[in-house]
Order: sequence, then C-alpha cells, then structure tokens
Amino acid sequence: MESATLLVALIVGLPLLGFLINGLLGLANPGFRNRKTLIGAIANLSVFVPFLITCYFFLNFTSETEPLISTFFTWIETGSFSVDIAYQIDQLSIVMMLVVTGVGSLIHFYSIGYMWHDEGYWKFFAYLNLFIFAMLNLVMGNNLLLLFLGWEGVGLCSYLLIGFWYTDMAKSDAANKAFWYNRIGDFAFLIAMFLTFQSVGSLNFQTILSDLSAIPADYKFWIGFLMLVGATGKSAQIPLFVWLPDAMAGPTSVSALIHAATMVTSGIYLISRMSPMFVMSPEVMIIIAVIGALTALVAATIALTQNDIKRVLAYSTVSQLGYMFLALGSGAFTAAIFHVVTHAFFKACLFLGSGSVIHAMEHVEHGLHEDGKAAHFDPQDMRNMGGLKEYMPSTYWTFLLATIAIAGIPPLAGFFSKDEILAFAFSAGFSEFAGPLYFFVWGIGIVTAFLTAFYMFRLTFGTFNGEFKLPNRIADAKNAAKHLHESPFTMTFPLWALGILSVIGGFLGVPNFIAETFTHQEAHINLLHNWLHNVNADFGMTLSHGVEWTLMIVSIAIAIAGSLVAYRMYGSGATEESDAKLAARFGGLYEIWKQKYSLDEIYEGLISKPLVRFSDKGLAVFDMKFVDGIVNTVGGIVRLFGSLTRYIQTGVASTYALALVIGVIIVISILIL
Amino acid sequence: MELLLNICIYLPLAGIAALLFTRNEKAIKWISLVVTSAVFLLSLPLLFNFDIAGSATAQYLTVGEPFLNGLDIKYIVGLDGLSLLLFMLTTLFGPIVILSSWNSITKHLTGYYAMLLLLQTASLGVFASLDLIVFYVFFELSLIPMYFLIGIWGGKGRIHATIKFFIYTLVGSLIMLIGLIYVGYDAGSFFNDYAFSTDWRFLSSSEYQVGLVEQTWLFLAFALAFCIKVPLFPFHTWLPYAHTEAPTAGSVVLAAIMLKVGTYGLLRFCLPLFPNAFIEFAPYMAVLAVIGIIYGALVAMVQKDVKKLVAYSSVSHLGFVVLGLFAFNTIAVQGALIQMINHGLSTGALFLIVGMIYDRRHTRMIKDFGGIAKVIPVFAVMFMISTLASIGLPGLNGFIGEFLILNGSFHSEVLGSSVFTILAATGVILAAVYMLWMYQRVMFGPLKNEENEDLVDLNAREIGLLVPLVIFMVWIGIRPVDFIQYSEAQISQLIESSKDKSVAVKQNAIQEDLPEWANTLYDVTPELASEELDNERFEENENSEGLK
Repeated sequence: MESATLLVALIVGLPLLGFLINGLLGLANPGFRNRKTLIGAIANLSVFVPFLITCYFFLNFTSETEPLISTFFTWIETGSFSVDIAYQIDQLSIVMMLVVTGVGSLIHFYSIGYMWHDEGYWKFFAYLNLFIFAMLNLVMGNNLLLLFLGWEGVGLCSYLLIGFWYTDMAKSDAANKAFWYNRIGDFAFLIAMFLTFQSVGSLNFQTILSDLSAIPADYKFWIGFLMLVGATGKSAQIPLFVWLPDAMAGPTSVSALIHAATMVTSGIYLISRMSPMFVMSPEVMIIIAVIGALTALVAATIALTQNDIKRVLAYSTVSQLGYMFLALGSGAFTAAIFHVVTHAFFKACLFLGSGSVIHAMEHVEHGLHEDGKAAHFDPQDMRNMGGLKEYMPSTYWTFLLATIAIAGIPPLAGFFSKDEILAFAFSAGFSEFAGPLYFFVWGIGIVTAFLTAFYMFRLTFGTFNGEFKLPNRIADAKNAAKHLHESPFTMTFPLWALGILSVIGGFLGVPNFIAETFTHQEAHINLLHNWLHNVNADFGMTLSHGVEWTLMIVSIAIAIAGSLVAYRMYGSGATEESDAKLAARFGGLYEIWKQKYSLDEIYEGLISKPLVRFSDKGLAVFDMKFVDGIVNTVGGIVRLFGSLTRYIQTGVASTYALALVIGVIIVISILIL
Repeated sequence: MELLLNICIYLPLAGIAALLFTRNEKAIKWISLVVTSAVFLLSLPLLFNFDIAGSATAQYLTVGEPFLNGLDIKYIVGLDGLSLLLFMLTTLFGPIVILSSWNSITKHLTGYYAMLLLLQTASLGVFASLDLIVFYVFFELSLIPMYFLIGIWGGKGRIHATIKFFIYTLVGSLIMLIGLIYVGYDAGSFFNDYAFSTDWRFLSSSEYQVGLVEQTWLFLAFALAFCIKVPLFPFHTWLPYAHTEAPTAGSVVLAAIMLKVGTYGLLRFCLPLFPNAFIEFAPYMAVLAVIGIIYGALVAMVQKDVKKLVAYSSVSHLGFVVLGLFAFNTIAVQGALIQMINHGLSTGALFLIVGMIYDRRHTRMIKDFGGIAKVIPVFAVMFMISTLASIGLPGLNGFIGEFLILNGSFHSEVLGSSVFTILAATGVILAAVYMLWMYQRVMFGPLKNEENEDLVDLNAREIGLLVPLVIFMVWIGIRPVDFIQYSEAQISQLIESSKDKSVAVKQNAIQEDLPEWANTLYDVTPELASEELDNERFEENENSEGLK
C-alpha cells in the first residue's frame, strides 16, 4: 500500500512539479525560455509518466477491486467539519485518468510543434501542466471539496489559456467570460456542498454514498439540482454554455484538451460519481435529460451556420456534451462516460486537425507577406479554405475519420456511444416517471444526430474538398497554394493516434444484445459496462432485442442520411452557395441560428449592462451622496450647534455677569415658588 | 516569554527613541527596519512555544499592579488563540511596511518612520491587552499615528480623509468608552473587591453576567465602535477616502491590521460579554454583513481608481467575516478568524502592489494602464496571485475562510436561515467579476499608453516584500490546519460557554421585571425561558432552516 501511495503522489505531483519548474525558471530566467526542447521534454514527461502509472493501476485493477484510497494529510478541520487531501482510485477515476493523461500526453506532444514559435512557449507548457494537475485532482479527489479544488483549478487554467494571447482584448474578454460563467455554476456547487454537509456531516464520496437514506428527499433534489447547475457551467449546457464558443480564442491545442476532451466533461464525471444519489430523485434526472437534449439541439443548429472552423467544432462540443447529459438524465451513466471517452478521441482529433489547418493557413499568410503581398485574411474562416486534402493528406484523413466517428456511422467510435445513449433514453420512456418526456428527449436526440452528421460533413467538405478558394477571394493571394504544406511530425503523429482511436474506441462498449442475439444467452461483451458496473448506478435496460436492433438501424439510417445530404450540398466544396440555399429554405429560423439565438445579447442586455449601470449610476452615487451624506450631515449639525453656542461665548465680562444674575434670579425664584 | 511579549510590543518605542538621535536618512530607514525585523523574529518563539491544547487560556501573561487605588485597572497582556495569529500578522507586516516605504517617502523621514513604529506598538498592544482599559488605550493610540500618516504623507485630499477617519472612529470609540466604564463599575460591584474592574479574566468568566437590558445598550455601544472600525455597511464611507489618500504603508496597515481590530473586538468582547444581545442581534448584523458583501462588491466593480476598488473590496470581504462571527458556531467563527488573516495577507499585498505601480507612474487610474503585463511580467504574476487569493480560488487562502464562513453560517442556529449564506455566496461571483475585470483593464490588452512602455519590473526589494505574503497565501490555502489549530479549542469553548451563559442570563431574567421591549426582544416569558424549552427552540430552528 505504501508504494501505491507513492505512485498516486507521482501521478498528482509530477504535473505540479512540471508547472513549478517551467513556470518559475521561465519567469526568473529569460535565458531558460529559449531552451525549448528542455521545456517541452519536462512538460511532456510530467504528463506521460503519470499516464504510464495510470496504466499500471489499470492493469492491476479488476472491476471488483475495492477503491484505493491514498490519504496525504488533513486539509481543513474545525468543529465537526473535516476534509482530507486524499485521492480515490477506482474504476471510474481510472477511466477519467486515462483520458486526462493519455489524451493529455498526445496534446502536450502536439503542442511542441504547434507552439514552437510562440514567445510564451514556456508559459504555455507551465499552464498546461497546471491544468493536468488540477484535472487530476478533480477526477481523483475522494471528497467533494477536493473535487471542487480541481474544478476551480481547471477553470483558472482555462482562463489563463483562453487569454493566453492577452494583448488582444477580445481574447482576454473571452477568458473573463469563461471564468465568470463558471463561477455562476460554482456558486450553485458551493450551496450543494453546504446542503450535503448539513445532511450527511461529511463531504467524502464514500461516506455520502454509503448511506443515502440519511439525506432527506428534498435535500436530494436540491443537492442534485444545484450540482446540475454547477455542471451546466463547467460543461457548457443551457443556460450557461455561451462561454465555450468564445473560449476558442485560446491556442488550438488548448481547445482540444480543455474545451473538448477533458475539462468540459467534469460535470458528467461529477454526476456519474454521485449517480447513486441522482437516481433517487427522478425529477432531477428528467431535468438533466431535457437540458441535455435541448442543448444538443440548440448547439447543433448554431453549428450548421458557422464558418469559423473552430467555432463549428465548439458548438459541436456543446452539442455532444448535451448528448452526455441526455445520457445521464436517462440513467445511462456508463454510456455518458463512454461518450466522454469516444468524444475525447474524435473531438481532440478534430480540434488538433483544425489546428493543423489553421497552422497551414497562417503559414500561407506569413508566406504571402514574405513575398511582399499585403494579404490579410482570417485563417480560421473555412470560406477561405477548400481543397486542402491535396496539400495536407494526414490532416485530411484523420479529420475525415473523426468526422465519420462523430457522425455516428458504424463501426467507428461515436456510433456505439451515441447509439447506447439513445437506446437508454428510449428505454427510460417506459419508466413510470415522466415517460413521455423521455420519448420526446429521444426524438430530439435523433434529430440532432441527423444535424450532427450534416454539419460535420459540411465542415469537412468545406475545408478539404473542392478547390482552394483563397486565391479567388483575395487579390494578393494568387500564389497562395504554394505556401500550403502539411504540418510537422509532432503534430501529425497525435492526429493519427487519435484518428485510430476514433476508429477503434467504440469497441469498448459494444452492446451486449448483439452477442445475445446470436448466442441466445446472456453476454457481457460491453467492456465499459463490465468495468464500471460497481460504480455507476445505471438504470436497467428494459428494451427487447428487437427494439434495440430497430433503434440501432434507425440511428444508422439517420447518420447516413445526414452525411448524404451534406455530401450532395457541400461535397464539391461549394460552401457559400449551399449555405445560401439553406438560408433561403429556413428563412427566419436560419437567421436565429446564425445569431446564436441572441443569447449573448440577451444576457448582456438583461443582466450585465443593467447591473453595471445600476452600480455605477445608482449605488456608487448613493454611496457618496447618501450614505456619506448622512455622515457629513451629522457632522455638520454638530458643527452648526457648536457655531451657534459660540455666540454665547462672547468674551465680554459684563455679558457673563448679566447671565449670572439672570441665572441666580431664576434659581432663587424656583426655590421660593 | 512574558518578557519577550512585552519586548515585542515596546521595542518599536525604543526604535523611535533611537530615531531621535540621527538625521541621516539611511540610518533612519535601517533603524526602523532592524527594529521591526527584530520584533518579528522575537515574536516567533511566542508562536512556537504556544500551547495549542491550552489555547483557551491566555499565555505569556503579564499582570501589573492596579494603576489607581480602588480601581482594578491593571496592565495585563498575554496571547491566546484569538489573538495569537493576529499578533503574528502584525509583526510580519512590520518590516514589510517599512520596506514598502523605502524609496517612496521623501519628506519628514524621522516623523514618518516614528509614526509607523508607534503604530506597530499600538497595534500589537491592542491584540495583546487583556484589560478593557488597556485595550482602549492602545485602540485609541493607534488612531494618532494613522491620523498623521494620512494627514501628512497622504495624497491631495488627505486632510478631509484623515479628519473623517479620525472623527468617525473616535465618535464610535467614545461611545464604547461610556459602555466600557459602565461594565467596569458593574463588574467591580459584582466581584466586590473593587469598585471598578476591567480585568478581562474576570469579565470573561462564566460567573459574571450582564443583565438583558444592560446587554442591549452595551452591545450596541461596543458594536457601533467596532462596526465603524470594520467597517460594516453603512458605516464604511470613511474607508475609501482614507485608503485612497493614505500613503502605501498607511493603506497596508489600515487594511491588514487596523480593520481587524473591529472584527477582533466583536469576537473578543461583544460575544462573551453580551451573549444574549449578540445572539438576538445576529440576524440584523447578518443583514448588514450581507448587504456589505454585495454592495461593496458592486460599488467596487465600477470604481475607476484601483486603490478605491480594493478599498471597497475590503467592505465586501469583511462582510464575510462579520457574517461568520454572528453565525455563532465553531466552523463559521473559525472561518471568520482565518479570514481576518487572509484578508490581511491578500489585501495587504494588493495595496503594496498598487503602491508599486503608483511609485512608477504616479497614477492609479485604471484607464491610464492597459497591456502592461508584457512590460512587467513579475509584477503581473504577483498581482495575479494576490487577485486570485482575493477572489477565493481554492488552493489559496481566501477560499478557506470563505468556505468555512459560508458552510458554517449555512446551518447556523442563531441566524436561523440559510438565505443569508446564499446571498452572501453571490459575493463569490461578484468578487471574480470586479477583480478580474480590473486586472484585465490594467494588465491585458494592447499597450495603449506610451508612458507605460518603459515601466521597470519589480526589483529585489519589492519581490522580497511580496514573496512572504504569497508563501502564506499558498500555505494557508493548502494546509490551513497549521493555522486554525491555534484557535480551535478556544473558539469551540467560547461558543459553548457563551451559549450556556446566555441561557443562564435568561433564566435569571425571569425573576426580574423587564421592560416590555426586552421581553419581546429576548423572548423572555416565564414559560418559555426554562432551559428545556430553550433548547427546543434551538432545535426547532435547526429543523426549519436549510431549504427555506
């Protein structure tokens, strides 16, 4: 056990150490900042070694192994309240740790090439390591408060990395926005913790979950609901999702790691971790499912109107996170985690692919400038792209694989996880509580599946198919194509690794009914279910094999239909023409999508602007004029009183004598009378 | 050890004497630095030898003879769990404020450093004194050097600011003095030995009780003085003036040390002496605290002067402390105590940082900056850490205090409603808004102002000032137990004994003929005041709170 504690310490400690070394040396010694190989090596090893150790734990664990708790020291202790800095390794945290350190390692490796020429290279890797540290605390902490430390810690890193290029005010605005929206969720999370402590007397997961009957039913509802609100902040769900698309202001590898693969799935992890409690309040479950479904749909409709390659992916992430919430709300916790894993593969691949494209486009712009051309264009706008598959084959093929995966075409990763989610949602439709709503939620899931295939292929075709559009759009860019080139090995290697994982990742969760249909006996081929069955409190699957097959065929048909429509409209790379057709077909609706449902404007107009104006023109003035005014008035009255009585103090002896005489007369007359 | 405590308190006075013998500027600075550093080093044994298990009783006690015949006013100093950390915070800030003034103060050096040293003695004395009159003397003594620091070495509006500060605080403390004299006579007659007694060891003992009617008036008198000092909304308007006009060192001492005297006084004196009033007024005080938290944050948000913004943020932060104190349970009061330290560290650091940028540019207006993170990266990092500590990021100190206060007040029997906590917790969102927005406008974006291009990054002295504070921010954030352990035993004991006392006072009050308002306020009716029923009332509160 001693050695296990040491290994846990290494997993958590190494990324922290990497952060401190690169951060402090880089800050203190400008010469160190140029030793890029060394910095990159330190940062990469700080993540890769924990990945190897996690693999070791994984290999030594079975689905029946008891959780391993490593307690380091008491964090806070006063009165009846006590929490430890203690980590819990169990089946669920191992899955998350593998994703965090595994995908994290690939993205660290990618960043070496992607950030090589950036002057903040050292700082970037320091932040990235700090992020891994915080994220590991989030998924490994054995109590809610330590999870919360990680929760806010990843929020900080997200803030620092979104605003990485802080001289651009818009990027810095996006960073603030991310932090603030997350804080709104964190506020709810805090209250949830207070309620938990009040009813259980502890924030420790094992203590909370071991005796759920100790929590009164209304507490369960409120704790669950408030945790959900917390999760809508971190995991970008309605109504708090608006920060995530703006978060794309950060370097692309950050978008891949933090804003797609890991941090934004924290909310799903939290709810899975607490799943035995959540299943006991069906009201919260249906709210989660509805929020997830609506988010999936809303984000998907926005995604199909966007032209910025990263924004499409950002809305796609929001939409996929919506699917995960839909899964959680349908009692399919394992399916949600499954989708977290497959999504980490294909979405990280897509983001890194987009980074590779943006890298190439920036190189074009740079090359044109060197040619003496004053060409300025947005390197993320897909209307400037097209035809890139000839120039960037690795990027193209991996991007395509990931697109097929997210579109839900079998047998790639996204198909299995999405199919399982939809099957569970349909199955929940037969439950006693809110059954019809679950069918509705399932229906939204199906519509969104169509949209997902459609907008993703629109993006892929628009970027890689047809011909390179930039030379025709900008006068000075006639020879732009000659500057196009594939990205270096440090960038293409992670692309291929993630591309392959997007292909095979789905086999972690092949549904049992497929085997059962053929063998006619109970089968357990769903590896993830086998692995997590002691941790997650999944609803039972009530559907017959026939229904499951039907659902699966429906979802395949939907995915293929979406892809085919996209191919017909965008296959030749004619993005703008086809967009115009879409806009004409959907009219006002399309306009709403394109305006992103005007949520930012609504929040700004209804909350932030009035609040600032109220504080500025109302409270601040009130403070100076009224509150301070009263103080000054009291002071003024005293002074007035003083200055009035001063007149009595004339200094003339005869006046005093007169007053004396009058006084004596009054006193004597009182005594006599 | 007793001697050591006294040396710590009075060594700065010896330093003042030494300052009179030299006119050399360098010597003046060095004498001040050596003296305050020595005080800090000498205070360390007080921390290390402190008996944690026995934190409830005052240690290193010096008890003098009564000053006057027939009046039991004695020089009593000592440290216990309530005062130890605040005392240490004061000694830590001693050398820091001296160093922060090193190059920025150029006129009347002797007077300036003498005032800082006098302030050090007064602040240490306030926390160490265990006699009400001695406390009062130190309390008032600390006003004088601050009055001059703001009035002589302050900014343009210094005269108005310092007079407002002085008179406002003085009015409060004079009212407290009346209450204090009353308590002295009351206690004197109670213990029979003397006609007048302010020995804290008697006053805080469980036998000494103040009647309900007297408690009400005395509580209000004491609380007014302390609330002005805190400052609690709506008594806060002197603070923005004082902070904006004070020189950096003045602001730092004001924020880090002097404001704590207010919350410390509430905890040290109001709570054990007037427990019934403390409990009955708790919800009203909590209302003011919560208003302060939100109001301070919103007003801070729209400030254009960084220093004023930080000043208003103090109003917000100290609202948390007051909320914690009046939540009246161990978790929240412990949170309040550590939050006093936290606020001292992070706001102290922020004022130092504002001072450093002011030294360079002679402006503190947000609009004059922007994009300077690139020019002065070390400054940017220090500023960022202090900002994050101030907004309560877990892993740094501010979170520990806020979390304990909110968690404790959430299920406070005395407050009786979790609405206070929920409203107060919005302050956590607002803090992130105003601090990060300010940080962004000062540090990020393009470098607009040419004058900022040649800003020089922090020098060794300035880094040295901030690093200890940053270390404590991280230390308290990760291992708060190392700090809150000093007060744990005392606070839980204090809460319990004060609760018992309040029950006892109430029972005794049944026989008395109380005025109608007191009966209503304290809910004293012969039926209700029996002990069982009283306990039941506590339980009722417990059950009915929570999900309101």
